[in-house]
Amino acid sequence: MELVAHTGFIVAAYAAAGAVVGGLVAWVMLDRRAQLRTLAEFERRGVTRRSAASGEAVSEPAKEQA
Amino acid sequence: MAVSELANPSRFLKFADRAIPWLAGATVIAFAFAIEQAVVAPDDYQQGATVKIMFLHVPGAWLGMLGWGLMSIAALGTLVWRHPLADVAAKATAPIGAAFTFMCLVTGSLWGRPMWGTYWVWDARLTSVLVLFLLYLGVIALWRTVEDPSRAARAVAILTLVGAIDLPIIKFSVDWWNTLHQPASVFRFGAPTIDPAILIPLFAMTGAFTLLFVTLVLGAMRNEILRRRVRTLRLLQASAVS
Repeated sequence: MELVAHTGFIVAAYAAAGAVVGGLVAWVMLDRRAQLRTLAEFERRGVTRRSAASGEAVSEPAKEQA
Repeated sequence: MAVSELANPSRFLKFADRAIPWLAGATVIAFAFAIEQAVVAPDDYQQGATVKIMFLHVPGAWLGMLGWGLMSIAALGTLVWRHPLADVAAKATAPIGAAFTFMCLVTGSLWGRPMWGTYWVWDARLTSVLVLFLLYLGVIALWRTVEDPSRAARAVAILTLVGAIDLPIIKFSVDWWNTLHQPASVFRFGAPTIDPAILIPLFAMTGAFTLLFVTLVLGAMRNEILRRRVRTLRLLQASAVS
């Protein structure tokens, strides 16, 4: 009786929590994928932090592209 | 590995890469147990089945406050010790803490309507939690407004420490003022006033959400370190081209 009367509120609360948790997990996973993709793109073009440290801020392939 | 060694971002990344899969697995197992406990938990003699909303509302409140507490410690790390990962931790924690505070507000509102007859009242507990949520939004906005991460970190650290005043206000608001919100029934001096049949699922859900919180914060910190590497490379590329 009680459960039936308040089912809508309980379901809505669990749906909201599910949306929050799902949103957070998706945000962290998609953000990681985006950062790794960008870093891989730099790597492919030869732009690395190591090249910068050795005085070659941007390698030849990167200069060609620029 | 000593905790101090994690101050190095590269070492932290290695640690996070190893820890996150284990934490994620533990989180899934913890949620499986906690949800089963929540489903079989008996109705409350006064609140009926709506007591099941408490299994979401309390973890949301706890993690909203824990998030700001961690950000406050990180703020000290930024301002006092200039710890390399302090502002990374603060920036990564803010959206996660905001999301759990939002979950606390929404589930509390959905619990309040059948129990109090209203979704919202401007009592001290509800208002102080809403202020915490707005503070989170302010911190997130500040991170996005200032382009240089180290300058943003200092401004955010000051706002975070000022905002930490809200934490004891939230905790003790139900004691200091006459509120519609019930007084403390779990984290209080003396034993909890909740029956074990409801307390066990509550602790199980709180534990599962806390594991999720830790996993998400580590993941977001890992992302933030990668984002800063991307930024460094963009700056290097721009300076080389110009």
